[in-house]
Amino acid sequence: MASQLKRSDGRKPGEIRKIKAEVGVVPNADGSAMFAFGKTIAIAAVYGPRQLHPQHMQDPSTGVLRCNYDLLSFSVSDRKKPGPSRRSQEISKVTEWALIPALDLKSFPNSVVDLQIYILQADAGTRTAGINAASMALAHAGIPMKDLVCSVALGKNDKTIIADLTKEEEDYKEGEGSTDFALAKLANSDSFTLLQMDGKIQPERVKEIIELANEVCPQIYEAQKSALKSIVESSEKEKKRK
Amino acid sequence: MKNEINEAHEAIDIDSASPESAARKVIVPGEIIVSGEDYLPGEGARREGDNIVASKFGLAEIAGRVVKVISIFGAFIPRRNNVIIGRVSDITYAGWLIDIDAAGSGFLPIEEAPRFINRNEMDQYLAIGDVVAAKIWSVKAKGIDLAMKGKGLGKLEGGYIFKIVPSRVPRVIGREGSMVNLIKEKTGCNITIGQNGWIWIKGSDIDSEIKARNAIEFVADKVFINGLTEKVEEWFGESE
Repeated sequence: MASQLKRSDGRKPGEIRKIKAEVGVVPNADGSAMFAFGKTIAIAAVYGPRQLHPQHMQDPSTGVLRCNYDLLSFSVSDRKKPGPSRRSQEISKVTEWALIPALDLKSFPNSVVDLQIYILQADAGTRTAGINAASMALAHAGIPMKDLVCSVALGKNDKTIIADLTKEEEDYKEGEGSTDFALAKLANSDSFTLLQMDGKIQPERVKEIIELANEVCPQIYEAQKSALKSIVESSEKEKKRK
Repeated sequence: MKNEINEAHEAIDIDSASPESAARKVIVPGEIIVSGEDYLPGEGARREGDNIVASKFGLAEIAGRVVKVISIFGAFIPRRNNVIIGRVSDITYAGWLIDIDAAGSGFLPIEEAPRFINRNEMDQYLAIGDVVAAKIWSVKAKGIDLAMKGKGLGKLEGGYIFKIVPSRVPRVIGREGSMVNLIKEKTGCNITIGQNGWIWIKGSDIDSEIKARNAIEFVADKVFINGLTEKVEEWFGESE
């Protein structure tokens, strides 16, 4: 058995950082949400369904999801040059693929749902925080969805499997080094919609990662669920107080 | 002007969620609403084995055997019989293309014009940029067909238009049109509310028009407060 690894913030290996979730953070959007894993903060805004331009991208059989993920320039300690980069384009694409299986855009032919994800503060796990925020924002916008999407980055430091790595843990160098395993799944089923890995891992240990994901994702789901419900309930409470 | 208000009211009103529909609860996509063979999935719901599962975020409502989910946020989704306010964006051989600020653009056939119109002189009646109040006749994959025959519908002349968030429209209209009727009464303006969030106001003078707009924005700002009609009356009292 691998020796218990001490995590710098005192978390247990399978423990995720403190989650913060809020819905309705962008008043001008049709749907919006914020999701934070500790110091990593993501906001997502959804516009549409609306008509898709340029026209050649239109699909007469279904609606299209168009995703844009980016780090804000002040989100990292070395200023990030604004504008799309190779990395942000790739993450936009995988985010789109992670969310599309949960959506049902069949009733919006030739139209688009625009999704903007911005990272306000980055401390590893930004794409997963972005996907969690996006899933809430899409629900908030009233888009037909089969399920919410929960996403988390798991990984390995030396021989210990750990959940929700920080930047410091991602840069871990000792022993077997660090492995980063970002994944997303539909909350109420066993389908995974995103599996990405950075680093090395023994094939048989991937199973442990998946098991840990099934343990951690319900916590994220609960946070998303209560954030969505609280915007309606808090307004109803306000109503009762009157 | 009565007509369009009553029909527009088919949409939800959070306020009426109180006693008779205690079965209403907030639901998240993928969440089980009810279990059992007795229920049928309606709009926004689906059957998965033994359960009725939500397919969108909103209020779940059980009416008899049918379970449906009503959205409370989000963009305007065109539905048959919705009154909308749109702007002419193009003129084709068979009619006008209307931008209705939704996922598809609306088409208004030339036959819907109240009088005979020469196909060569269609812009004599509706030119590009003109604003019309119309009703949605059908929503199909190829587009949205509009109708303009009915009370309160047609070309809008004079006054001005502005936009509010579409999900707030039911509240601005109020139960049976009570809210908008109050505002009409107090300001003496003509008001047409489109389900797509566009609102047209025409009054005898600019002051009453501005007052009507402020009142509507006041209502749109405070969607979730109970007894809003009284509050609006108060607001009118203060602003006099």
